[in-house]
Amino acid sequence: MERSTPERRRKARVKAGFSVYYAIFLIFVYGPMFAMFTLSFQGPRGGVTFPMRGLSFFWWEKLAGPSAVGDLKASLVRSLILAVVVMIITALFSTMLAMAFRKRFRGSGALFYAVMAGLMVPGVLLSLGLASLLRQIGIAPNWWYSGLGVHVVWTLPFGFLVMMAVFNRFDARLEEAARDMGADEWTVFKEVTLPLITPGIVAAGLFGFTLSYDEFARTTLLSGAQNTLPLDINASLTQRVQPTLFALGTASTIFSLLMIGLFIVIYTILYRRSR
Amino acid sequence: MTTVETYSTLTRTETAPRGLIGAAPPTHAEAEEVQRKYRREPGFPVPILIAPATLWLVVFLFLPLLSIFIFTFWKSTGHGMAPAFTFDNYRAFFVTEGFFDPSNPDFLTPSIFLRTLWTTFRFTISVMAICLILAYPMAYFLSMQVEDFKWQLALFLLVMVPFWTSYLIRAVAWLPMLGRHGLINEFLISIGAIDEPVSFFLYSEFSYTMALVQLYVVLAVGPIFFSLAKIDRTLLEAARDMGATPFQIFREIIAPLSLPGVAIGMIFIFVMLMGEFATAVVVYGGKTSTTGTVILNYYAIANYPFAAVNAFMLMVAMMIGVIVILRVVDIRKEL
Repeated sequence: MERSTPERRRKARVKAGFSVYYAIFLIFVYGPMFAMFTLSFQGPRGGVTFPMRGLSFFWWEKLAGPSAVGDLKASLVRSLILAVVVMIITALFSTMLAMAFRKRFRGSGALFYAVMAGLMVPGVLLSLGLASLLRQIGIAPNWWYSGLGVHVVWTLPFGFLVMMAVFNRFDARLEEAARDMGADEWTVFKEVTLPLITPGIVAAGLFGFTLSYDEFARTTLLSGAQNTLPLDINASLTQRVQPTLFALGTASTIFSLLMIGLFIVIYTILYRRSR
Repeated sequence: MTTVETYSTLTRTETAPRGLIGAAPPTHAEAEEVQRKYRREPGFPVPILIAPATLWLVVFLFLPLLSIFIFTFWKSTGHGMAPAFTFDNYRAFFVTEGFFDPSNPDFLTPSIFLRTLWTTFRFTISVMAICLILAYPMAYFLSMQVEDFKWQLALFLLVMVPFWTSYLIRAVAWLPMLGRHGLINEFLISIGAIDEPVSFFLYSEFSYTMALVQLYVVLAVGPIFFSLAKIDRTLLEAARDMGATPFQIFREIIAPLSLPGVAIGMIFIFVMLMGEFATAVVVYGGKTSTTGTVILNYYAIANYPFAAVNAFMLMVAMMIGVIVILRVVDIRKEL
C-alpha cells in the first residue's frame, strides 16, 4: 500500500470535490423527473405542485380512462410501430453505409457530410420543408411515411457513427481468411462479419428506437391527422396542466428506461458471445 | 534476387520472342488489364450499399431543404402559395414599414423577425456557454478521475440516459420545481434565504435558461468525454515528470487536445437550440418567441413563403455559427 503523502492527499481531495460535483449534476439532471414521478401520485384534490394532498392512483386511473387530447392508446401504438420501423431501417442503413465506407469510393466525403447533415438540420426546418412540399404537390402527410422519413434522417447519423466505430476496430483478416478458403461474399458476411458486428447493430438500433419514440419537432407538421405520443403530450400542454400529465410523463419515462435497460442487456450478452 | 531482375529485364526487351515455347510473360500493361478484369474487390459492391440511404436522404433531407429555399421566392395567396420570383418575403423579413423614411419613428429599425433571430442567437450562445462550463468538469471527472473502466462506463451511462428519454417530458418536469409553490421556492424559504415565495422562477428567462441547460447539457458531456478519454496518458506523465504543475498540464496538453470534442458538442447544442421552439411554450408560458415559433406560427396561418424565409435565414445563421466554430477548431482531423 502506498503511503499517504501531501500529494496523495491533495489528489484525494480533488477527486472528492469532483465526486460531489457529479452528485449535484445528477440531482440537476434527474431531480425534476423525480419530482414529477412523486407528484403523479398526488391525491385527487392536489395540484401540480407540492405539497402532496394525500397519496393516490387517481391521476393514473384518469390517464387510463378517456382523455381530453385524444386517444392516447392509439397514439402510443403508432409511436411504438414507428419506433420499431425506424430502428430496423436505422440498423440496416447504418450497417450498409459503414460497410461501404470501409472502402474508398468517389463521393464518400460528400456522402459522409450528407449523413451528418441529418444531425445538424433542426427538426422544425425538416418539418416545414417537407410539409409545405407535400402540400404543394397535393399529398397529405402521414406519420407512417413522411414522419418515418424524417425520423430516419435524424437517427441515421447516430447509427452510422456507431457502426463506423465498430468497423474501425474490426479485424479484416478474418474475412480475408474466409475468402481465401473460397467463401462467397454472402457466406463471408453471414458467417464471419455479422456475428462480430451484431452488438454494434443493437447499439445502432437503440438510437433508432429511442430517438424516434421521443421525437417531437420533426413530427410536428408531418404526422397528418393522427398524432404520435409526443404530439399528444404537447397538445395536452396547451390545456390546463394536471397531474395526469405527470402520470403520462412518468409512464413514458419508465418505458424509455426499460427499453434502454433491455438494449444494454442484449448488447452485453451479444458482446460477450462475439468475443 | 539478381536472377529475378535479369529475367524481368530480359522479358521486357522488344526483341524477346513471343508466341513460342518459353514465351515472354504478358507485358505490364497486359497484366494490369487482366487483373482489372478478374480482380474481385472484397465485400459487397459500394453502389448497392449506399443507394438506399442516399435515396432516402435525397427525398427526406435535400428536397425539403431545397424546397424551403425555392418557396422563399414564391408568393402567398392567403390560403396557400403560388410560384413566383419575388424578393418581397426577404424584404418583409429584414425591414419594416418606415425603414427608409427618416421621419418615421421606425427609421432604420430592424424588423421584429430579424430581432427575433438575433434574440434566438444571443440566447443560444449564453445557454451554450453555461452548458460548456457545466459539462467540461463532468467529462473531465469521468475520463481522468475515474480509473476503473467499468465504473467509468456506468457513471457515463448514468449521465447520458436522459438523452434517450423524451425532452418534452423533461421540460414538463420543471413545472413542479419552479412555480410559486415549487420546490426551489420551498427550499429557499426553508433555509431562510427568502421570506416569501418568489414568482420569477416560472415563466421567466430564468426558468427558460435553466430548463434548456438541463435538457441539452448531456449532449456536450458525450463528445468532450470521448476526446478527453482518447488523450494518451503517457503525455501527462511525461509532463508531470518534467515538473509541470497541474494547471500547466491542463493548459498545454489537456485543453488543446480536448478542443475537437468541445467543438463537436458545441455545434450539436448550437443547432438544437437555434431550432428550439417547444420548451419556450412549456416553461416560458409562450411569452417569448424564437425563430422556430415564428416559423410554426406563419405555417399555421398558411403563409408558407414567409415561414420559408424565416427558416432559410435561420439556416444561414446556423451555417455562419457552425463555420465560425469550425474556424476555431479543425475537427475534420477527428472525423
